Amino acid sequence: MSAQKDRWVSSLVFLLFCASSIPRGGSASLQQEPSPQHYFSGLEAGRASLAFFSPSVSPGAQPFLEQIESSAEALQDYGVSVVKVNCPKEDVSRYCGKENALRKAFLFRGNRLIRDFPTDALFDVNSIVANVLFALLFNEVKYIETLADLENIENVLKGKSNMVFAYVPATGTAEHRAVMEAAFVYGTIHQFVLTTEAALLRATSHDDPDVSSAWLLFCHCQQATDPAQPCRRTALAQPLTLLNIHRHLKLMGAPLVTEVAEDPEKISTVHLQLGLPLVFILSQKETYEADRRTAEFVAWQLLGKAGVALLSRDLVDLNVLHRSNVALKTPDEGMPIQYLVLEDTDEVITLVEDKNKVKQIQEDEQEEEEEDEHEKENSNQDIQDDQVVEAVSRDKKRELPLEQILVLTEENFHSSLSEAARTVVLFYASWEAVSLAVLRSYSEVAAHLKGTPGVVLSRVNCWDWPGLCSQENVTQFPTMRIYKEGQQSVTYGGMWGTQELSSFILLSQVSCPLKLATMDEAEGYLRGEFPPELSSHHHTSLLGVFSTASSKAREAFEEAGNILSGHVRMGVYFEDDALALSRKYSVSPPALLLARSGGRSVEGIALSKGSVQDMVQMIRYELLDIFPEITVPNLPQYLQLGKPFLILFSAGDISQMESKEMLKVAKGRPQQAFVACWLNLKKTPVGHGILRTYFSTTPSLPVLLWVNLHAGGQVFKFPSEQSITEMNILSWLEKLQAGLEIPSSTLSEEDWKPPLPAYNFLQMMEPSVPELSPHPGDTPAQHPPKRPGGDTAGGDTPTREEPSQESTAEEAGSPGRDLRGTAPRLAARDKQGKRHSEL
Amino acid sequence: LGLALYAGSVCVVSGATFLYHDYCIIGAGPAGLQAAYFLQQAGRDYIVFERSHAPGSFFALYPRHRKLISINKQYTGKSNSEFNLRHDWNSLLSHDRRLLFRRYSRDFFPNADTMVRYLEDFASLLKLRVQYNTAIIHVTLEKNEQAWNGHYFILTDQDRKNYKCSSLLVAAGTWVPNVVNFPGSEYVEGYETVSINPEDFTGQTVLILGRGNSAFETAENILGVTNFIHMVSRSRVRLSWATHYVGDLRAINNGLLDTYQLKSLDGLLEGDLEDLAIVKDKKGKLHITLRFYLENRNISAGIDSITLPQDELDNFATRAPYDRVIRCLGWKFDFSIYNRSLRMMPGKGNIKKYPQIKPSYESRGTRGLFVLGTASHSVDFRKSAGGFIHGFRYTTRAVHRLLENRHHGVPWPSTVYPITQLTNSVIKRVNEASGLYQMFSVLADIILLRENATAFEYLEEYPIGVLAELEMHTGRKARNGLFVIIMEYGRNFSGADKDVFYYNRAVGEAQHAWQSNFLHPVIYYYKRLPTEREMRLHHPDWPLPRPDAIHHIVEDFLTDWTAPNAHILPLRRFLENCLSTDLRNFFAESCFLFAFTHQKLPPSCQQGYVRMQGLVGSQELRHHAVQAGLLQDYTHTDFSDDRPPDSRDGSQEQLMRDHGIPVRPLQHLVNAKDE
Repeated sequence: MSAQKDRWVSSLVFLLFCASSIPRGGSASLQQEPSPQHYFSGLEAGRASLAFFSPSVSPGAQPFLEQIESSAEALQDYGVSVVKVNCPKEDVSRYCGKENALRKAFLFRGNRLIRDFPTDALFDVNSIVANVLFALLFNEVKYIETLADLENIENVLKGKSNMVFAYVPATGTAEHRAVMEAAFVYGTIHQFVLTTEAALLRATSHDDPDVSSAWLLFCHCQQATDPAQPCRRTALAQPLTLLNIHRHLKLMGAPLVTEVAEDPEKISTVHLQLGLPLVFILSQKETYEADRRTAEFVAWQLLGKAGVALLSRDLVDLNVLHRSNVALKTPDEGMPIQYLVLEDTDEVITLVEDKNKVKQIQEDEQEEEEEDEHEKENSNQDIQDDQVVEAVSRDKKRELPLEQILVLTEENFHSSLSEAARTVVLFYASWEAVSLAVLRSYSEVAAHLKGTPGVVLSRVNCWDWPGLCSQENVTQFPTMRIYKEGQQSVTYGGMWGTQELSSFILLSQVSCPLKLATMDEAEGYLRGEFPPELSSHHHTSLLGVFSTASSKAREAFEEAGNILSGHVRMGVYFEDDALALSRKYSVSPPALLLARSGGRSVEGIALSKGSVQDMVQMIRYELLDIFPEITVPNLPQYLQLGKPFLILFSAGDISQMESKEMLKVAKGRPQQAFVACWLNLKKTPVGHGILRTYFSTTPSLPVLLWVNLHAGGQVFKFPSEQSITEMNILSWLEKLQAGLEIPSSTLSEEDWKPPLPAYNFLQMMEPSVPELSPHPGDTPAQHPPKRPGGDTAGGDTPTREEPSQESTAEEAGSPGRDLRGTAPRLAARDKQGKRHSEL
Repeated sequence: LGLALYAGSVCVVSGATFLYHDYCIIGAGPAGLQAAYFLQQAGRDYIVFERSHAPGSFFALYPRHRKLISINKQYTGKSNSEFNLRHDWNSLLSHDRRLLFRRYSRDFFPNADTMVRYLEDFASLLKLRVQYNTAIIHVTLEKNEQAWNGHYFILTDQDRKNYKCSSLLVAAGTWVPNVVNFPGSEYVEGYETVSINPEDFTGQTVLILGRGNSAFETAENILGVTNFIHMVSRSRVRLSWATHYVGDLRAINNGLLDTYQLKSLDGLLEGDLEDLAIVKDKKGKLHITLRFYLENRNISAGIDSITLPQDELDNFATRAPYDRVIRCLGWKFDFSIYNRSLRMMPGKGNIKKYPQIKPSYESRGTRGLFVLGTASHSVDFRKSAGGFIHGFRYTTRAVHRLLENRHHGVPWPSTVYPITQLTNSVIKRVNEASGLYQMFSVLADIILLRENATAFEYLEEYPIGVLAELEMHTGRKARNGLFVIIMEYGRNFSGADKDVFYYNRAVGEAQHAWQSNFLHPVIYYYKRLPTEREMRLHHPDWPLPRPDAIHHIVEDFLTDWTAPNAHILPLRRFLENCLSTDLRNFFAESCFLFAFTHQKLPPSCQQGYVRMQGLVGSQELRHHAVQAGLLQDYTHTDFSDDRPPDSRDGSQEQLMRDHGIPVRPLQHLVNAKDE
């Protein structure tokens, strides 16, 4: 490189030509072929031009010519004109005469030759622009080779101006061009330093850098005063493009900390304009100095990633928690400012970095998507986004162990049912994903219940036997029924999990409610020992105790039993000594005895009169736990209560202390206004997903939350510095109710829209099949003739021309377009349109 | 209704000379018996009149050469009884599995005698009320304001016995032979009486008038023994495999085309039969000439005085004399028995052999008179299968359902499903339904959306010609938009002059499904029911007016539209976008997450998980979903994990890769129909 430099100097030669001026066209295109005399006479003092000389015919220079022609426009922006000079045959002057010179391009400023470039160094537009600007900005951009050079420059600049130090793996690259273009603009403000030495890169960066990619540092030398210390440096984290460099320099030029004394919602800074978040440090008069230091510290950390502002609470009336000390404003339109209580500056930094990462990824994705769209519009449309369908189709090669399951057909259905006392039948469709997913669980149930007496599992494929399925009134896939001899079949209405299905099948083995004949049986039943079939099954037992007088209540109870059959373990006792049994649990018949966890505690509940439905409702309600562990299968039961959740997220089992305190809270109010519960993240790992949605960073565990699932959707976080005690919780809840707390998050209110648009066949058909437009021939005069481009019926690819799009939009009778995801399509079209014009 | 029934009983009492029935059916052929079956199942008061002593008298005589050209597929590889009816063109619909035609014949093209036997069994096993040996010779109306339709139908049989009916179902078929009259037509033998013994044609030269299946069937029979056969008719030959219309010339009968095209032995000619004239020479040979030459001449002057075309044009095509001329011109409806007041008018143009009816199969002239079976083919002549057993067994059922709603307050049968079953119910029907398949572009399944699109009602096989009057005909409400599901061939694909074997005739990719050529399901979406005006004005090439959105399920080589990505996914996207909702299925775990993070839930969670019917999914399935990037695995969550919660970048790539690999090499198989 330095050798090159010498060569430029040596090649500085005065050249004087006197001639008439050539008219200069305003267009950026290549100036066409003046003779050498014309060219040199037209050169203006101080104006740069790149010239190459060619004999009239020179086929070898053709590719180079194309490149130089296309660079003309780019160079025009920098005031450099590009001229091709035509050498007459007889010309033997300096530029035309020598064979050598014809393979070079010459850069003049005025009529002074600054440099000549061999044409093989000018291999594309990037290299032409980079090399030309490099030559022109000889003073503005220092080229260095050693660390000592860098330190020297740095020391000179300290206290005076800042430095932009760039490493490019080679000259003539796109990165080199970007740096030179930036230098053209900022060269007078900052000192630009360039190197291609990988050793220098290694010396200036901390960890092992990738020498094959370019690298740019902004060195804050203006504020540096200590000659011993190197200037602070801020690296450009994005790839080296003109836009990114420009953005980076803009950000570096912005004040480190902005002081704000107005409503933060109205504030707009360079950072927000450039799409970066703005962090507010909330300050008070008393702590101003400390806050300012904090703000500066944070600002240095976030330099280039976010802006930092110091917001004085005394000057602005903020309707936020007094404890809040940090606020985050994102550049996204309409996003409210987030007010946070953070303890550490690190938290601020992670917060911002996480946000940026999400955004970066989203942007990347978007870009990818956009690119995809250009190639093939919405290619994602044909990618499966249904998790169940995709999972099943990925699993289709695996053979299911279905040997245990009887295959029923139209021929053997009725005979098979009559052979067994109880037959479980799964009706499914072999092409349907949910059916197949359930069939997998069902096969697990079969393995699980293998050898259990009296259980026959079978299946009917409704795709093979539609008549049988409609005859059995199966309208949905899948459907599971238990057929009992001489009784109405029972349709399963629970979760399609292996456990739930097995439990249902087992519980359905005994009648519901089970009639208990003796006091011993009743006691055994409550202990979970009777009937023996269910002894292995741990369920809450429910015993209805009725005197002979309360037969009406008993009938309702038995009816309720039919409905809850398979889901609840229910017994009924109405012998003469029923009174004695109920007395034992201090209730009088009609009463319900509820034995939880193997009969260690038996609860007596008096039965009031009511309909069967009320009874079912009551039983369901009574079976709910007071302070349950929320799991995926049991959540719906608690959701149905329609109450807000007070939920403790715990990394594992909750401690006894927490459990005790929470139980107190839960029991504290008889008419519970909320569901107190907890979630074991080990058992229900999806809870992590919930926390990540609520908080940008996972909070320290355990964390107690109030979630308004049904009204408003606010999520409040119990202050982590307080211990989880009944007192603290209750006073926090009071504050919540009084509206004194700010929600940490709000559940998304979004509707579940179609994830992607459908193929718009109507639109595709229109150009080729104009008759589809409403009322053809009805008002022919009003319909302008379709564009000739429309008759591409035979085309293999669907025609999606702009005109058809417009014509559909114009047609008044085209309702339904709003349903077809028009907005994204139109947006995509705009982009495409732009492309076309660019081309 | 009560009033009408009352009025009916009065008739029985007062009009002692009349035998009264709510429904009278003329004809105990396939359509008449099919209608009788549905009326019997519904417990209606009906009678079938049959002029012969047994059902299916047409089949007792026709086809003359006894081979039915309706296929009788024994094996399809499927046990689905509904699907199998797609390839069983002879059975009538019933609940009795004994009455499947494949139990009667093992022949792919069964003998017509089997059909007669089948129809006899159908009538007797199902105990249908058929009055044999009763030829209805006159039908008239009797005005009565209390009657269902403002009049009764009075039927008179050959013994002058009268019958009175509220509703008349005409299933008499088309049995009157089409005859052309031209000079010399007395020398022409009719298909109905011509000898079927090939020996009678040995060494003869034969001219056949007509170009339908009966003409070719006749030719086929004598092809081997004749000198040559010429066939003449007005229009060019239409091959059913090119037109996709089973009434056109079937490949089983087309042996003559071979000898014509290969060896210029036999031949086809186009010309208007009305212009024809036949003269017999002294040797008894028949010469073809033109009516034009015979005008102003005295035929009695003898053959020698008549100019023959070859006298002027010595290479006139049919200059060789024929030994026989046979007329095979098909049949037409017997209009003669209907009183003028019934205004039973023949259709116009090529459907003049059929009476004019509405798309609801009700006569245009008389309310309460429905035409069933072959005679009702004007609705879909040269389009679909309404003139054939495998088609009209479904249109007859549709007519019965219309009548049930009109006269008995029984709305069109329907099933209500939650919206989560929408994609499934469409897929189920397009894969197995036979009525949609046989009566493509004529019968449609209708999905009526309920408010807020949380549920829908499914109606099967409704005649799309009367879509505008759906509410009136079915008793169902269509206030919140509807889907119409039909089957279609590609436009411009079928036709007598079309090359149906061109390369790339089959579309393999879902995104080009609208260009599908073979029979494939098409779903029309309307935000509101089309009006009668819209129905009237829509383009004749289209079965329906312009929809608000349309979806084609890409044609399939196996007509199996259950592929998750090529068939179900695009359909789901279409339905989702029409309803503006998300119809994906979710595992319980996802619903759990949504319940805690969203105020609203997708329908699958709302109608499944929240109602305690969540799809838990086996370990393997959830693992697959995680691998596909469609489910987040939180089990091994690392708290410093950089990936934001919703990021799917890496896994998305994975997903695309997984899709990309199998697709390419299989591309040529997707278009297997080309080869």
